[in-house]
Amino acid sequence: MDLAFSNDDLAFRDEVHTFVKAHLPADIAESVRRGRPIAKADIQRWQLILYNRGWAAPGWPVEFGGTGWNATQRYIFDEVMAEFDTPETIPFGLLMVGPLIYTFGTDAQKERFLPKILNGKEWWCQGYSEPGSGSDLASLQTKAVLTGDHYLVNGTKTWNSSAHIADWTFCLVRTSSEGKQQEGISFLLIDMNTPGIEPKPIISIDGAHHLNMTYYTDVKVPVANRIGEENKGWTYAKFLLGHERNSITEVGLSKQRVRRLKSIAEEERTGGKTLLDEPDFAGKLADAEIALTTLEYLSLRFLAEEAAGRPIGAEASMLKIRGTEIRQQLTELTIEALGYYAAPFEMEQMSDRWNEPSIGPDYAAAQMPQYLFSRAATIYGGSNEIQRNIIAKMVLGL
Amino acid sequence: MDMHYRPEDLAFQAEVRQFIQANLPADLADKVRRGLHLDKEDFVFWQKKLNEQGWFAPHWPVALGGVEWNPTQHYLFQNEQVEGCCPPVIPFGVRMVAPVIFTYGSEEQKQRFLPDILDSTAWWCQGYSEPGSGSDLASLQTKAVRDGDDYIVNGTKTWTTLAQYADWIFCLVRTSTEGKPQEGISFLLIDMNSPGIDVTPIITIDGSHEVNSVFFTDVRVPAENLIGQENQGWTYAKFLLLFERSNSLTGSLKQQLHRLRGVARQELTGGAPLCADPAFAARLADYEVQLRSYEFLELRTLGNSRPGAEASYLKIIGTDLQQLASELTLQAVAYYGNPHISDALVHGYNEPSVGPDYAAPAAPQYFNYRKTAIYAGSNEIQRNILSKAVLGM
Amino acid sequence: MDFSLSEEQQLLKDSVQRFVREEYELESRRKLVATDIGYSEDNWAKMAELGWLALPLPEEYGGIGGGAVDTMVLMEEFGRGLVVEPYMSSVIIGGGFLMAGGSEKHKTELLPKLGAGELKLAFGYAERQSRFDLNDVECKAEKSGDGYILNGHKGVVFHAATADKIIVSARTSGGSRDADGITLFLVDNNCNGLSRRDYPTVDGLRASELELDGVAVGADAVLGAVGGGAALMEEVVGQAIAAICAESVGCMDVLQETTNEYLKTRVQFGVPLSKFQVLQHRMVDMFMECEQARSMCYMVTLKIGDEDPVERAKAVSAAKVQIGNSGRYVGQQSVQLHGGMGMTDELHVGHYFKRLTMIDTMFGNKDHHLKRYADL
Ligand SMILES: Cc1cc2nc3c(=O)[nH]c(=O)nc-3n(C[C@H](O)[C@H](O)[C@H](O)COP(=O)(O)OP(=O)(O)OC[C@H]3O[C@@H](n4cnc5c(N)ncnc54)[C@H](O)[C@@H]3O)c2cc1C
Ligand SMILES: Cc1cc2nc3c(=O)[nH]c(=O)nc-3n(C[C@H](O)[C@H](O)[C@H](O)COP(=O)(O)OP(=O)(O)OC[C@H]3O[C@@H](n4cnc5c(N)ncnc54)[C@H](O)[C@@H]3O)c2cc1C
Ligand SMILES: Cc1cc2nc3c(=O)[nH]c(=O)nc-3n(C[C@H](O)[C@H](O)[C@H](O)COP(=O)(O)OP(=O)(O)OC[C@H]3O[C@@H](n4cnc5c(N)ncnc54)[C@H](O)[C@@H]3O)c2cc1C
Repeated sequence: MDLAFSNDDLAFRDEVHTFVKAHLPADIAESVRRGRPIAKADIQRWQLILYNRGWAAPGWPVEFGGTGWNATQRYIFDEVMAEFDTPETIPFGLLMVGPLIYTFGTDAQKERFLPKILNGKEWWCQGYSEPGSGSDLASLQTKAVLTGDHYLVNGTKTWNSSAHIADWTFCLVRTSSEGKQQEGISFLLIDMNTPGIEPKPIISIDGAHHLNMTYYTDVKVPVANRIGEENKGWTYAKFLLGHERNSITEVGLSKQRVRRLKSIAEEERTGGKTLLDEPDFAGKLADAEIALTTLEYLSLRFLAEEAAGRPIGAEASMLKIRGTEIRQQLTELTIEALGYYAAPFEMEQMSDRWNEPSIGPDYAAAQMPQYLFSRAATIYGGSNEIQRNIIAKMVLGL
Repeated sequence: MDMHYRPEDLAFQAEVRQFIQANLPADLADKVRRGLHLDKEDFVFWQKKLNEQGWFAPHWPVALGGVEWNPTQHYLFQNEQVEGCCPPVIPFGVRMVAPVIFTYGSEEQKQRFLPDILDSTAWWCQGYSEPGSGSDLASLQTKAVRDGDDYIVNGTKTWTTLAQYADWIFCLVRTSTEGKPQEGISFLLIDMNSPGIDVTPIITIDGSHEVNSVFFTDVRVPAENLIGQENQGWTYAKFLLLFERSNSLTGSLKQQLHRLRGVARQELTGGAPLCADPAFAARLADYEVQLRSYEFLELRTLGNSRPGAEASYLKIIGTDLQQLASELTLQAVAYYGNPHISDALVHGYNEPSVGPDYAAPAAPQYFNYRKTAIYAGSNEIQRNILSKAVLGM
Repeated sequence: MDFSLSEEQQLLKDSVQRFVREEYELESRRKLVATDIGYSEDNWAKMAELGWLALPLPEEYGGIGGGAVDTMVLMEEFGRGLVVEPYMSSVIIGGGFLMAGGSEKHKTELLPKLGAGELKLAFGYAERQSRFDLNDVECKAEKSGDGYILNGHKGVVFHAATADKIIVSARTSGGSRDADGITLFLVDNNCNGLSRRDYPTVDGLRASELELDGVAVGADAVLGAVGGGAALMEEVVGQAIAAICAESVGCMDVLQETTNEYLKTRVQFGVPLSKFQVLQHRMVDMFMECEQARSMCYMVTLKIGDEDPVERAKAVSAAKVQIGNSGRYVGQQSVQLHGGMGMTDELHVGHYFKRLTMIDTMFGNKDHHLKRYADL
């Protein structure tokens, strides 16, 4: 057992540090610091910078444009990214459909899709959930009927994050209603510009437009855009859910949040001293920090297993549960730190084009929306209740 | 809405207080205050005193020995008892079996059993749970077979509180295996001196002897000791559960808090009293706020003579608070929660205490109070009841 | 980065497991706890023979030269068995002080004996007013000729009755809570002026109250620098906390496994309790607490040797907080999910619960370490 980094690791850390310091655009960092939503163009700008350095996809194998880094290097990379106000990775392309395509896709699919995921030119969204199929995803009803060399897709997908700004979507569709419901599902890649697709906004409790209800009416999808075999989509979806679960841990993001929260607590005052010096608040902050350290070591243990080539089981659901709980703990604590200034709500203030002086401190405006939106974290990606069911069944044998 | 006590209630409160002052010996109050073990004699002494005053069975019908108090007075009475450090009333006779007897019993049964309960000459215990039947009480297996004028009882009851002192036990027994399990249960009153009854202690994690296993081997019970009708026992049992649960906890929670505050004033940290330590003070304040909200919850349900679902959430919240207070007390005494001298909890222990004298009961009480979320319908079962009965799930 | 055990560590684990299996059936433990000294001298001799008493001691003094990970492996298995021998007091803490603060003479004379099981040590630090502050010391040591005279009180000194020597913190200068001015002394258990009141503890161990009334010691009784005891205590108590975290992980694992098994076998309402979703989720939360505790146990074990004292202290306090939280949850819920059975002295569940409860108090509870962490 040891934690020590080799000299190579340390040199690598310096390299990443120097690079991010030199290349992270100041305006993006400022928006991240303030907790503002980051515009698509800014995320693309940052991804292109990483892409040009060859670091767009730390987790991918080299042959597909990844870095080929080992677990330690990936950990170091995330650590350094968290030390700076870097924007969070949008998961749908890089973390979700990308790995799926290089694992199960045809050569043509790899060539067609992977490069543009890497350089950020094409945006993806996830089309799984339906109005009647949430936790019970396998009950989904969106139909795809094979006619000649294409499928005809009809149905409704919902909760699609970023569908209104996405170029492509990966969809689970029903291709058979025989046998178990899991056995009639296929996995399609669908161009969002195809006629018959219509995303309608769903405004979430933070007042923003992240989510959409997407209607499919006689949408033609070439058979060539199916991943793997027909009716085997559930297998691929589960593979991907596994990926999602691990990436939702968000240790790096939470570290960023702790750092920002501390700087807020240094500014906010109570009884003539800073909030950071107030024992009760300091205790809560320490509690959250310790929870995060615990999560970090928990996830390092998984990383080490992975690095040693051992398969990771359903235990990984713990990472999703704790990661999202800690995220919520931190956004809630941030609201608490702001006191009254959590209340003012003007959407315009959250734009980087906002030029008026801010109401209250400049870091305040975006925090309440962040807190509100973070409530979703325990719902999506397999709700935390479902994750507990998974552990109960798969790990504890209950 | 009015949350002020009326003058007559306040006068009543003063009267109760005065009575306690005049009748409760100081050393007995001290035992209660310090959380030391109480003997059978201690309980009986105080119950007899209450009975002399006519206050031992206030919730009984007046004709049988109850008093005509309004709900506020019942509430004040219970709380004054606790505030005054009176030994708690042992519920099995007066609060549990007696209402069953005066509601469903025959005239003979009333005459035979109620007087002994009133003057505490008979000590009762509750024989419901069995090794295989806890939360699923209706699955109980202890058999009673009719044989002439008697029932012959065979089986095992367990977790029977204070059966070692008991003269009588009220038992749920199986008299039929037909139909739903609930429909084959009868309610029997059994003399603990009957041949074939064997009581063995169960020692709990705090080291005390509070519960027992009670074995029945061919125990003959006169059929006249059957309450109501054969196979209707479940109805009486459920009726009884309501009485069991309608007890106010506010008083005893306040007493726990009072004790905890005393400890926190005397313990030191960084040269100052623990109660001035911000983290501990915050915990105390948090506890007090929860207690207040519990008290008002209880007050709101006052006057509902048949508490239904309220009783379930009062049980959950009340026992959570009992456990929390005992946990905070253990934390407050820090290292002095460690020493375990069982005699230190016996009154008249003459050695100087190890550490402060309030420390010895802290750990045993914390361990012992884990029971509160398990017995009288575990808190999980109470939640099931609430989700079914109140939330319609 | 690597969290696996070496081959030797795996062997060590196996052999401690075997020992626990053979000697620590609940019934055997119950008998040990009821004896005069509260543990078994035979077990102690066996531990010496197997090299465990010498495990963390340096090779030049007859030790094995094991590291923090070895100690962790051993303590975790001790936790699984609820082992009552004074390993923590004598080897981890006593040995720790000798290694960190002992003179060459102390080391050559005492360490080999310690490792061979011929010497036992205890550590008296708590006082009535001190709560968890190691530096809140009122016990006084006054210079007298070459040596010192000690006066004062030490409370809840674990395993003092059977120790040959007791390490005592006393003030040689400064005010009651100053970090400077505390000195550690090695005091013979049978010396004049030392009186003890021995008693069992709620978790089946032994401890004592010590009165020091004019105890005279020589200059050679001083461990470390005169007045420099605070840093020494912080270092050694840090190691003890890392070790107790491992013990606690062992306890939690047993509870978690036992409760899981119980839910699968106990039938109510015609089904095993494991079919009720509330209980499944409770069980999952217990499992997660165990895994989190284990992660922090690894963390503190791997960081306890860190050169940066702040980094080290943070690791220690963070781990102690997590272990406190996890131990409380796992202990309480194990009792709850066992229903009435969980309340019985007969079942092992209650004994693990009690040990976990007292582990939270050892060397400062969750609140104490949360504050310490926030202040660092
Ligand atoms: C902000 C946000 C973004 C999202 N983005 C996407 C996206 O991009 N693409 C996409 O396809 N989907 C997306 N989702 C949908 C998400 O995956 C679903 O919300 C999720 O699967 C839960 O489904 P549901 O909302 O229908 O809730 P339901 O399944 O109706 O669940 C309601 C509640 O019941 C609980 N529950 C359900 N079943 C059980 C059970 N068996 N045991 C115990 N508890 C249970 C759940 O945990 C939850 O608390 C997003 C959701 C949100 C909130
Ligand atoms: C100190 C003490 C004193 C007692 N005194 C008496 C007495 O005087 N007379 C008497 O008859 N009995 C007495 N009892 C027994 C008590 O009523 C039972 O312990 C209780 O009913 C629980 O039953 P059990 O112990 O068999 O636990 P089980 O029923 O086996 O329950 C084990 C766990 O599973 C949970 N569980 C069970 N069913 C469900 C469900 N459907 N959904 C969710 N969770 C569930 C429980 O809440 C508990 O956490 C006493 C118990 C104690 C601890
Ligand atoms: C000494 C003692 C004191 C008690 N005190 C009280 C008390 O004060 N109040 C109280 O309410 N109870 C108390 N109980 C518990 C009581 O015994 C019963 O558990 C309760 O009254 C409901 O019993 P029931 O048979 O009608 O079960 P039900 O009402 O049918 O169900 C009880 C619970 O188990 C679940 N359940 C039942 N059958 C199944 C099944 N097949 N599968 C899954 N879940 C199932 C139900 O959802 C419900 O939550 C006490 C028990 C003892 C031994």
